[in-house]
Amino acid sequence: MNKEPVAIAPSPEELDYVEMDKIIEETYGSDKENLIMMLQGIQGRYNYIPRPALAYLAEKTGVPLSRIYGIATFYATFSLEPRGRNLITVCLGTACHVRGAKRVQEQIEQLLHISNGQTTEDGSFTLESVRCIGCCSLGPVVKINEDVHARLSPDQVAKTLERYE
Amino acid sequence: MRILSVKDLEKISEEFNEKLSFPQGVKVNVGMASCGIAAGARATLERALKEHPAGDSIEIRQTGCIGFCEEEPLVEILAKGKPRVVYKRVTEDKLPDVFQDYMEETFSKKLILGQMRDPRSVIEEDRPNPLEKVNPIKGIPFLDEIPFYAHQIKIALRNCGYIDPDSIEEYIGRGGYFAFVRILAEMKHEEIIATIKKSGLRGRGGGGFPTGIKWESCRKHPGERYVICNADEGDPGAYMDRSVLEGDPHSVLEGMLIAAYAIGSSQGFIYVRNEYPLAVKRLVSALKQAEDFGLLGDNIAGSDFGFHVKISTGAGAFVCGESTALMASLEGNVGRPRAKYVHTVEKGFRDGPSNLNNVETYANVPVIMLKGADWFSSMGTKYSKGTKVFSLVGKVKNTGLVEVPMGTTLREIIFEMGGGIPKKRKFKAVQTGGPSGGCIPEAFLDLQVGYDELTKVGSMMGSGGMIVMDQGTCMVDLARYFLDFLKGESCGQCTPCREGIKQMLDVLTDICEGRGKEGDIELLEEMGSMIQKFSLCGLGTSAPNPVLTTILYFRDEYEAHIYDKKCPAGVCKPLFHYEVDEKACTGCHVCALKCPQQAITGEKKKLHTLDQEKCIKCGICYDTCKFDAIVVK
Ligand SMILES: Cc1cc2nc3c(=O)[nH]c(=O)nc-3n(C[C@H](O)[C@H](O)[C@H](O)COP(=O)(O)O)c2cc1C
Ligand code: SF4
Ligand code: FES
Repeated sequence: MNKEPVAIAPSPEELDYVEMDKIIEETYGSDKENLIMMLQGIQGRYNYIPRPALAYLAEKTGVPLSRIYGIATFYATFSLEPRGRNLITVCLGTACHVRGAKRVQEQIEQLLHISNGQTTEDGSFTLESVRCIGCCSLGPVVKINEDVHARLSPDQVAKTLERYE
Repeated sequence: MRILSVKDLEKISEEFNEKLSFPQGVKVNVGMASCGIAAGARATLERALKEHPAGDSIEIRQTGCIGFCEEEPLVEILAKGKPRVVYKRVTEDKLPDVFQDYMEETFSKKLILGQMRDPRSVIEEDRPNPLEKVNPIKGIPFLDEIPFYAHQIKIALRNCGYIDPDSIEEYIGRGGYFAFVRILAEMKHEEIIATIKKSGLRGRGGGGFPTGIKWESCRKHPGERYVICNADEGDPGAYMDRSVLEGDPHSVLEGMLIAAYAIGSSQGFIYVRNEYPLAVKRLVSALKQAEDFGLLGDNIAGSDFGFHVKISTGAGAFVCGESTALMASLEGNVGRPRAKYVHTVEKGFRDGPSNLNNVETYANVPVIMLKGADWFSSMGTKYSKGTKVFSLVGKVKNTGLVEVPMGTTLREIIFEMGGGIPKKRKFKAVQTGGPSGGCIPEAFLDLQVGYDELTKVGSMMGSGGMIVMDQGTCMVDLARYFLDFLKGESCGQCTPCREGIKQMLDVLTDICEGRGKEGDIELLEEMGSMIQKFSLCGLGTSAPNPVLTTILYFRDEYEAHIYDKKCPAGVCKPLFHYEVDEKACTGCHVCALKCPQQAITGEKKKLHTLDQEKCIKCGICYDTCKFDAIVVK
């Protein structure tokens, strides 16, 4: 997918190794079985997974870089590209789908001039999709950062987005 | 406080049961599961806490969800000697009205969902009903009189919405951990396994494998054994596992403890999906409390039995719900399934004997152990015993979680409890079993739900998602939707699944975009049966189900797409357009105001017109028009 790079996350040189060590060693005991959670920890810190972090992880855990790269690309939550300040996640799960999630997604795409997986030029929004966040009874649902917007109809999209910068 | 005996439990239980049932002042329970929060419960809770901080005569607490998500945020208010009332749609702004309503005993029908008749759970019947001597409110229905709750018997959901999920004492206050602590003192593992076998409990996560048999075979294999909980809940549209984890995490832990003791395992894992941050948070706090109470760790309740539990989070891969993929993921690897010549009960996680069960399966276990196998198996059909939680979602009036005895009919669930289809539209189908399941048409509405019953009509139980669809759902598009989902989720290691799904998806996309041709339906059937036969794991073998069942029951819709180039439901954009129905249009102008393209014009009270050139078929007008004057052509 075509993702516009944006200068919002730290550039590779700025990787904070003290913090990396804290995630890898302190929180997850350098245990290979915790690789996925280490990656989540890193993504939690940087909003995405900077490539140098993969190499560092390989060095620290002794797991080959190729395998770590495999994990980072296999699982859908990981992003190797920087993301915008606000992360919009549209639920495209079945319950939301039958209640018109696609139309909500199209409306967002039209308003922000990006498609699924992309970031706006000014770095304010990244649009992603997810298959269910468990609020199916209130579909269609859209998550923006940590807020879940329930029963969102296409005509409410513009007003909802206005609340984020 | 460390629990050493049943006596210790009893002490805590009495104290907290009293607090739960007969609070000192007024007690307010705000339903704070993810669904409630999405509906605005957090603002409600914050306002309530601001107005009544800790120590106030009005005590504000948070609970999980009592299931009726459609009416959320739900707030329950109770006080000693007074009725317990559940208020509906209590957004922050309505809070003062609701408080006033309860304090002044106005009990206005408009605000209230219902009153409780008996808050006790199925395992508490040796206690008196705390509401026995309370005069009910006239004119307000009891919850069990509301159709949504009519057929429900809550086993797995017994505490959801009744206790603070962050309080182990409240769990104990409603009979929690008694099953496990008694077993530890009195029962041998063979007896536990025999009880679970006799109860007829089958896995609630998908396949429906008999739980007792799984435990027994795991126990037979030597080595370090593992007890794992599948909380990956990948089926989009199903959220009962989330609700249990968020509303009653200790019930799952207790189930795992019983399994671990029966199987002989000292290490457990809970694999939770990453999309459920609140569930993870509540689990972490539950584990900590159980450790503090000496119910997890070494020498549990003073015995020589020890059990440790680790929480691992998934990272957004549906296939990781499959047992071997889940175990690979737990080991920190890519989640690719393996062939199961050797079952995971023999060689699973770290090549040790591993027992994997679903969240709801574990939550059932303590109740079965307390109430007995016969009680449990007296509910249900011949081969499906007990209850099952379904998430009733999609195009249905009352959405939410319902726990009903197996054998309840689809009609009872969708039309009685669910209240049927909103906006006077017509029922078309119900999808069960998630991406591995199928679509069940109207003709089978009287089908009793159960594992084998659902398989017989080409669908399956799955984890209990029940997605209702009306005339506005296109079945071809839905089949395409599922394949698109599965294409993205196939792990890619075997060809029938990886390539086959893609090929089927291409054909379906052509059909949806007006390029369908004669022979496409047959081609889909042929490829489908090939993928079913030759894929490695359950994802592949069940992937064609949504396509094959929709072809079986809705062939005419496929034909309309292919031969007439029409999408009768008005979903596939190249195959329909909207028109204004001259007879129905009242000229109310609402659609014109909402149209983002300004494609609809007309003077007020006069017939409006729609400019086909400008229309992007976003459907806003179709949804907004109160007079059904926008029609699909
Ligand atoms: C592709 C695929 C996805 C699955 N996803 C889940 C899931 O999300 N949750 C679950 O409990 N079981 C899931 N299962 C079923 C599990 O493999 C396994 O049968 C189940 O967790 C066993 O627990 P139970 O016997 O208590 O149901 C899935 C199976 C397949 C093939
Ligand atoms: S059937 Fe699909 S998901 Fe399962 S192992 Fe094969 S490619 Fe992977
Ligand atoms: S399907 Fe959208 S939240 Fe579950």
